Amino acid sequence: MYRYDEFDAAFVHQRVEQFRDQVARRLNGSLSEDEFRPLRLMNGLYLQLHAYMLRVAIPYGTLSSRQLRALAEIARRYDKGYGHFTTRQNIQFNWPALADIPDILLALANVEMHAIQTSGNCIRNVTADAFAGAAADEIEDPRVTCEIIRQWSTLHPEFSFLPRKFKIAVTGAPTDRAAVAVHDIGLKIVRNDAGEVGFEVAVGGGQGRTPMIAKVVRSFLPRRYLLSYLEAVLRVYNQLGRRDNLYKARIKILVHEVGTETLTQMIEDEWALIKDGPVELPAGEQERIGRYFAPPPFANLPAEAPGYEAERRRNEAFAAWTRTNVEAHWQQGYAIVTLSLKPAGGVPGDATAEQMDAIADLADRYSFSEIRVSHHQNLILAHVPRADLPDLWRALVALGLATANIGRVSDIIACPGLDFCSLANARSIPVAQRLSERFRDLDRAHDIGELRLNISGCINACGHHHVGHIGILGVDKKGEEFYQITLGGSSAEDAALGALVGPAFAADQVVDAVETIIETYRTHRRNGERFLDTYRRVGLAPFKESLYATA
Amino acid sequence: MKPQILTANRLRDGIVVFFTRDGGWSERIDDSWVSDDEASRAELVAAGERAVAAGTVVGPYLIDAAVSGGHIRADRLRERIRAAGPTAGSEQTLKYV
Amino acid sequence: MPLLKSGSLVDDPWISLADGEPLPAQGAIIVSLKRWRDERADLIARTNGLGVCLAAADPAAAVAADLPLLALIALEFPTFRDGRAYSTARLLRERFGFKGELRAVGNVLRDQLLFMHRCGFDAFEVKDAAAVDEWKQAMSEISVFYQTAADSRATAIQLRQQRRSQS
Ligand code: SF4
Repeated sequence: MYRYDEFDAAFVHQRVEQFRDQVARRLNGSLSEDEFRPLRLMNGLYLQLHAYMLRVAIPYGTLSSRQLRALAEIARRYDKGYGHFTTRQNIQFNWPALADIPDILLALANVEMHAIQTSGNCIRNVTADAFAGAAADEIEDPRVTCEIIRQWSTLHPEFSFLPRKFKIAVTGAPTDRAAVAVHDIGLKIVRNDAGEVGFEVAVGGGQGRTPMIAKVVRSFLPRRYLLSYLEAVLRVYNQLGRRDNLYKARIKILVHEVGTETLTQMIEDEWALIKDGPVELPAGEQERIGRYFAPPPFANLPAEAPGYEAERRRNEAFAAWTRTNVEAHWQQGYAIVTLSLKPAGGVPGDATAEQMDAIADLADRYSFSEIRVSHHQNLILAHVPRADLPDLWRALVALGLATANIGRVSDIIACPGLDFCSLANARSIPVAQRLSERFRDLDRAHDIGELRLNISGCINACGHHHVGHIGILGVDKKGEEFYQITLGGSSAEDAALGALVGPAFAADQVVDAVETIIETYRTHRRNGERFLDTYRRVGLAPFKESLYATA
Repeated sequence: MKPQILTANRLRDGIVVFFTRDGGWSERIDDSWVSDDEASRAELVAAGERAVAAGTVVGPYLIDAAVSGGHIRADRLRERIRAAGPTAGSEQTLKYV
Repeated sequence: MPLLKSGSLVDDPWISLADGEPLPAQGAIIVSLKRWRDERADLIARTNGLGVCLAAADPAAAVAADLPLLALIALEFPTFRDGRAYSTARLLRERFGFKGELRAVGNVLRDQLLFMHRCGFDAFEVKDAAAVDEWKQAMSEISVFYQTAADSRATAIQLRQQRRSQS
């Protein structure tokens, strides 16, 4: 993975000292809250319902074991002993004191991490496929591209006061595990007919109040033009994006209002004037960054791991886990393992400091000291020898991290909601907890099959409800929590936005409603059909009927 | 007049606080100074402004509340959660482990 | 308004004229884009300095052809959150080659000075005299830059490349 050189290290340490000065000025009264707010937001610091919240970037979702231990130490020392992994490859600490933030940022800088641009109307933490560098279907490791973008976008002098926040995601594989279709810019690494690697560029995806699927503005961008093309998109957006209405300020609205064709032309015109200019990376830099993402020193392992196969036959719990939580690796003899942060009744995405330390140890032992964070709020060990899977599984069971539910109904995405978030209309976490309790029986979950259940506590959609196969959105009705349900969303390569099934449900009805929806699917499904496939075939009507017929 | 109390977040650590009868700030909602007339309402607002100027708290505002049996209960769920802490989540789990 | 240039407060020889305010006989003046368009001939006829102030929504292209006639362009930040003028500044400097004074006016805050300077601004209308110290700090607290812009600062990428070619 990428390592800071002396320039990167100097930079993050300078930022820490800059913020230390700003915090001191706030605490001694020379900065008002109004003046301080934009400064703290540029460093990922929010003031939430109960306390400050610090959002730390995990660039493209890759952590070293050393970094994960540092996060554990921050959780223990400055917070309440846990952290919350988000849907954007960040970790949030819910209880830090303002006075401690500079020291926390220093602890992060010492392990090559930061909280820069995790908030504010700037280019946010760039996200990637959590299986980058490991997925069997990958064309190229997207993290090289992400690191180039991370550096280019860091304190960009022209693009730090955009109309609104700006999110970029990159996938290096045809299977989209990075939700690129719902990002302001989604980059898909593709190969053209000549066999060259480049990008398909889509612009204007997003969730929130007006969800949209990104439109392809260029089907093939040669790799060397990455930065000039991004600069062209951002410049057009910075100049023309709406600034009169917070809810219409994202680039998706610009795409919608001027039309994909016109916007594409504007981008192309701007790009023609800057391509091959100073913004392009000089020779050698791409290679320098690329070398950091070279594959780890894999051993030459046999395709078959007899111990693993024997354990699968002998131990049904282990076998079930390998079916849901283990994926194919391109390197023979290795596998990708997802650690579920979704135990029945648990808080999606939370990990305790003890768990983080233990995972760091497991990464050292089994996966070249590397950990990944997925936008589904789980952690991943990307390079595990298949022969080690039984031992790893036993260790994970002891830690409560082996729930065999990845991609199943209880692998719920949930935002912090009204328990923490000052923008929330309703709680998300308790709904997720009750749902994962209701569906805790894994045999039933496996029978239901692949299902994405996503919950947001307000229309900002941090819980990605629009793209859940089943999406739940908390709303406030005269001071009471209600939940709207949408069906048929997807954030994968078949991206789609969910459709509202009908009137919202009260807090004490929503779990039953989800169960009704799932039972309706089971009644209607044909052989092997996923929930999403059945929904696409039969539409909303049968679900509406079973949900509202008796009401 | 509908009873109201004054709440804010403490500048230094962001923790939720309530303006008290003895002119300070407390983490317990039950310590709040309950205002139910115009004069005390104006006093609360002024106290909030002073505390902002002094750098004690951030963003003070009045909330509706009801008093019964010596306890104060905020009307809105959001404020009840602010007063009592998260209803769910690792806080709750960690309390019992 | 105090004016900050090259790290010091200087006397501002320019007069900002509101639309409709009579043209003074003498002195350098700054007018709006509208007035520049409406009274172009009269304004060119004056021999003292001429500057145009662009609102945040005015594109750089609106004055690109007139740059030889302009000694100053002021770009307005209606609030510090409105970042359009950063693009306008870079385009005026980098694309259209403007060499005159590029002045930031409006909501110009200490923590934006570095961004502005990197985008080509060289004069800043600031709140008060404290800006001199703030400027010094803002120019010195960060020394690593990751992207080329309208300034002459070496980027980390260029420094790495130099090092590679030396080794
Ligand atoms: S979706 Fe709404 S409630 Fe949930 S974290 Fe985002 S802003 Fe907060």
